[in-house]
Order: sequence, then C-alpha cells, then structure tokens
Amino acid sequence: MQTINNEERALTTAEIETDILVIGGGTAGPMAAIKAKQQDPSLRVLLLEKANVKRSGAISMGMDGLNNAVIPGYATPEQYVKEITVANDGIVNQKTLFAYAENSYAMIEELDSWGVKFEKDENGDYAVKKVHHMGTYVLPMPEGHDIKKVLYRKLKQTRVKITNRLVATRVLIAEDGRVAGALAFDCRSGVFTVIRAKAVILCTGAAGRLGLPASGYLFGTYENPTNAGDGYSMAYHAGAELSGIECFQINPLIKDYNGPACAYVTGPLGGYTANAQGERFIESDYWSGQMMQEFHQELAGGKGPVFLKVDHLAEETIANIETILHSNERPSRGRFHEGRGTNYRTDMIEMHISEIGLCSGHSASGVWVNEHAETTVQGLYAAGDLACVPHNYMLGAFVYGRLAGESAASYCANTELAKVDTTQVETERQRIFAPLNRKHGLSPAQVEYKLRRLVNDYLQPPKVARRMEIGLVRFEEIRNDIQQMLATNPHELMRAAEVGFILDCAEMAAKASLFRTESRWGLYHARQDYTERNDAEWSVHVQVQKDQAGTMSVFKRALEPYIVEPDDVEKAVYQQIRIQPKGTVVLSGGSHEL
Amino acid sequence: MSFSSIDFPVKVDLNACIADKGCTVCIDACPLDVLVIDPATGKASMKYDECWYCLPCEKDCPTQAIRVDIPYLLR
Repeated sequence: MQTINNEERALTTAEIETDILVIGGGTAGPMAAIKAKQQDPSLRVLLLEKANVKRSGAISMGMDGLNNAVIPGYATPEQYVKEITVANDGIVNQKTLFAYAENSYAMIEELDSWGVKFEKDENGDYAVKKVHHMGTYVLPMPEGHDIKKVLYRKLKQTRVKITNRLVATRVLIAEDGRVAGALAFDCRSGVFTVIRAKAVILCTGAAGRLGLPASGYLFGTYENPTNAGDGYSMAYHAGAELSGIECFQINPLIKDYNGPACAYVTGPLGGYTANAQGERFIESDYWSGQMMQEFHQELAGGKGPVFLKVDHLAEETIANIETILHSNERPSRGRFHEGRGTNYRTDMIEMHISEIGLCSGHSASGVWVNEHAETTVQGLYAAGDLACVPHNYMLGAFVYGRLAGESAASYCANTELAKVDTTQVETERQRIFAPLNRKHGLSPAQVEYKLRRLVNDYLQPPKVARRMEIGLVRFEEIRNDIQQMLATNPHELMRAAEVGFILDCAEMAAKASLFRTESRWGLYHARQDYTERNDAEWSVHVQVQKDQAGTMSVFKRALEPYIVEPDDVEKAVYQQIRIQPKGTVVLSGGSHEL
Repeated sequence: MSFSSIDFPVKVDLNACIADKGCTVCIDACPLDVLVIDPATGKASMKYDECWYCLPCEKDCPTQAIRVDIPYLLR
C-alpha cells in the first residue's frame, strides 16, 4: 500500500511559515485561532490538528452543559473564585480564576450569537441550575450536539488556515529561549514538517491516556484518547513550568463504559449518586477530590458499590434525561446500557472510579499560565484542559482560548520570526522516525499497555513514597524500551510518539506527587505516609520544569496572593461532603445550610 | 462486512457505503484515524482496533452505512 519507503519518508520535509501556530483544534484551539485572527486580520494563523478539526477533541459529539457559568443574577465572579478556591483546597492562582469568571458571561453570549444552543426559560433567560456546594453555575445545553459545527463555520468565516492529521511532537525554541515554531509529522503520509511561527498556542487537551482503564482497553478512556498528554510533554521539553501535576484527575464514571453518567445533567432533574441501598451519601455531585474520596470509600465499603439513581423519577423526566444523554457528549452510553439490559426506569446505573489522568479542566494539573494565558516561555501560550486554571471545564477552554489568541496576536505585532535551531530539527527527526527504521522491535501498543499498567500499579491513589519510587525505576526501564519500538507505517509511528508523551506525564505525576509530602484534594493526592493536610508548609504551587541540565526539577512556587479570601464557613464546605446521619452534631463549621 | 474476520466495533454495510465513489466522510471524521478504504472492496473499513465508540463516523455517514458497537472488552 505504501508507495514511499521508510528512508525516503524520513527525508521528506515540508516547511510551513505562519505568525501564530495553534496546536489542537478541539475546544480552546479553534477559539484561540478565531480570536487571534479577529484581533489582527493581517496575521497568518494556522490551526494544526492531529485528527480532523470537524470532529476532534473532548466535544467531538457536543456537550450537554456548561459546568461553571458565571451569569449575572445567579453568581458573581467573586463568589465563583471563592467557590473554586475552596473546591481546590486553596491552591489556585486567583488572578487566573478571575480572568475566567469575568469573561465567562460575554463568552456565553458570543457563543449564543454564533448559534450554540443553551437552555433558556420561558422569558428567554438562561436556565441556570445548582450543582455546586455554594453557587449556581450549571447551564444545560440539551441541544449542544452541534457545537463543533458552529466552531468550524466560524473558523471558515474568519479565514483561519487549518491543517489536519499532523502530529506535533516538539515546540521549537530559539537560542534566546523564545518560541520559533514546532515540529510535526503527518500520521498518514509520514511527511516531517517544520513549522516556523512567532507564537505557539498549546491547546492539546488532557493527558487522558495515562492510567489504564479497568477494562484493559487502551482506548476505553474518559477523555478522547487522541489526547495522550502531547501538550504537557511539549511544554515540558520547551522548558515551561507545569503546576499541580500531583492533583490528579479521577472521575466517577459508568463502570466499564468509563464515560460520565452524568450527575450534572440528572442532578437538577432529581437524580443522585447512591449506594447499593439506594441512599444518598454525598451532599453534592460536583466533582472535587473530596467528593471522590467519599465516592471511593462508599464504593469499597460495605454499602457499595455506587450507582447513579434516576429510577424514582417520572417517565417524562427519564425520557428527557435519555434524550440529552444519548445525543450529546458520549451518545454511545445509550447503546452500552441497552447491551447490559439497563433501563433508567427500573435500574440504577453501576458506577466506579476512573484510572488517573491529568486535566485542569476538571482538577488542576496543567501548564502554568497567568491571566493572559502566557506560559513561562516567551511566545508560548496554553489554553483548555492542559492549562493550569483549576476546574475550568469547556467554558474555561473557550475563555482561555480567547485570552491566548488575543495575547499571542499582540505579541506577534512586535515580534519577528526566531531563527530555527537546525540541530533541534535533526535530533527530533532522528528520534521520531527511529521506530520506522528498525527491522525488529517492540510493539508500541504493548509498550503503552505496560507503561499504563505500571501507572495504575504505582500511581493510583492512595499514594505512598516507596511505591512511587519503584514506579519511577520502572518508568526508566520503559524509557529504554521506547528505544526498541518498531512501527511499520505512519499511523503506528503516531502511537509510538504518544508513548513518549505518556511516559513524560507519568514521570511528572510521580515526581510531583513524591514532592508534596502532605495529603490534599481528597483522593487526588491522598498520601498514606503523610495523611494530614499541612497548610503551614504546603500552601504553595508545586512546579515541574526541565532544568538547564535537561533533568526534571520539582520546586515550590509561592502561592499567588488572594484577591478574595473565603470566610471560615465557606472554607469548611468542601470538607463536609458526606451526608451525616440524622442527629449528628457537626462541630467544625460544617453546619452550613445548602 | 469487513475484511478482517476479527470482530471490530465499527461495522460497515458494504451495499450502502459509497467510499468507492469517492466518499471519505467517516475516514475524515474519526479522531483516532482507525478507518481506511479496504483495497479489496473499495469500501470503508476499520483497520486499527483503537475505537473510542464516539460515533461521528456513524452520525456523519451520508448513507447510514455505519454502525458502531461498544468494544467487546467494555460490553
């Protein structure tokens, strides 16, 4: 089938020159590209996508709601920032949360004007629902399945250039330390591509292929498995700081299907998370580490396992839930339930907890950015699930996509293209294409399976030092195995490159987790050897960075000063997730009325 | 159905599929790039067992030739 042999393929190089390169065409990426072009139409903006922009990323089949909408009349930015500060156990850069909160409503209105459909009441106002502990932030999108189409139309209108099926592997860095572009290869033709750019915006989503799903199926992940942690690895090798990597993403999901059930949709309609006895055991279904800790305990305890319960609801409500859940985000869940003979009307839906991932959209692990979406590398920006803006979800991806696009456009106005380091280009060419040139070797799928199985064995919380230290030794062995991988075509070469991304993420996850010698964020960073939260020592950001010597350094960064301080009652809310048996007297500020 | 005798999640109805007439909608849509044109039949086929059961291939197919099953390991 292949007409060019491996040697020729590795030598074929394409060159592209642009002003702004956006890597990742899912959610944040299209918005970044559109906003950069809108701010300065004279700029050349290229949107690079590993799959196809029409159907890529976390929202390939749409989304059923906004989880964190800050809408006047329902919530204020101050209230929202306090909620997320508490939900993330104090470790936030509040300036980044404020930038999100203050721009969130304008983004909803703009998306609305583009044709994205949000739920409205009979007066035409947004029909916001309460899911969080304190504020009201959930805006349903029962007809949210067309969101990618809307974005694609806007990309075309704005004349953003798009390239599909290119796998970016490294950010190019010039001698003076600023961004010079990126390197990529085509996963169908194998052509190596050098892209020169003044600014690069990373929008590559979560590290969703980190742990191995309990099903054993490599691609049975919660996140779109295209998102292998590419951007985390690229940012790391570019010398950028990453933050909160030890704050893992672990989700309550439909068992085996490993997708959301989804409590944010069913909660406002009367559904809830229940134990085997059908009893509610958590006060709120909003995903936080503390909530996951309670979920984990109930799952493994005598009243387990855990279910999503909707069978008590009226027929029309259940029919409505089915319509939303089986047409948005993960529509195949209907097919899954059908295969198991599960009917929402008569059965509870069996849940479990997911393998670990990295994702700031849900928790806090990501590339460090400020309120302008700037990373610590000049000319490098990040937005969406991979940028460290805790709990920023889909709307955060749009808002930070906008901020990144606008910041990059301003930066380009006073910047020339940096000189490409030819040594970096040739080194990367050798590294990437090596698996194609081997006559004998290891299967990338098997190396990935083993690596992700080791991630489960050594990093799945609760965490303990000795286990993670052994994990790091085993990861080093995988680093040697990577030198033995064999690929017979560009598709397999893509999978081989992804194993490298996953390995970088695994090493960062282990080292950041070892460094933070306390427990925080409930299950996300539950240490068995340091069981208590230690605010005196650990009210800091934990950063990971490739140092000058090329080794992985982990260090503390002082907590960014707060703009609003949550009061004592607010601070205690996320510590008191479990429903107390009747008659219990709660002494430590947990008697908060919800 | 497909050229592999192993059961894969993406099933293509060869009578309905128009890939041999130049259609590549499902092949373009797949985020994992697992679909190809089978040289033997000229029709779309699942080549790599890396399906996320996300359904764009099925929803976007102009002739409703595709049906995606939940992968066996998850069923």
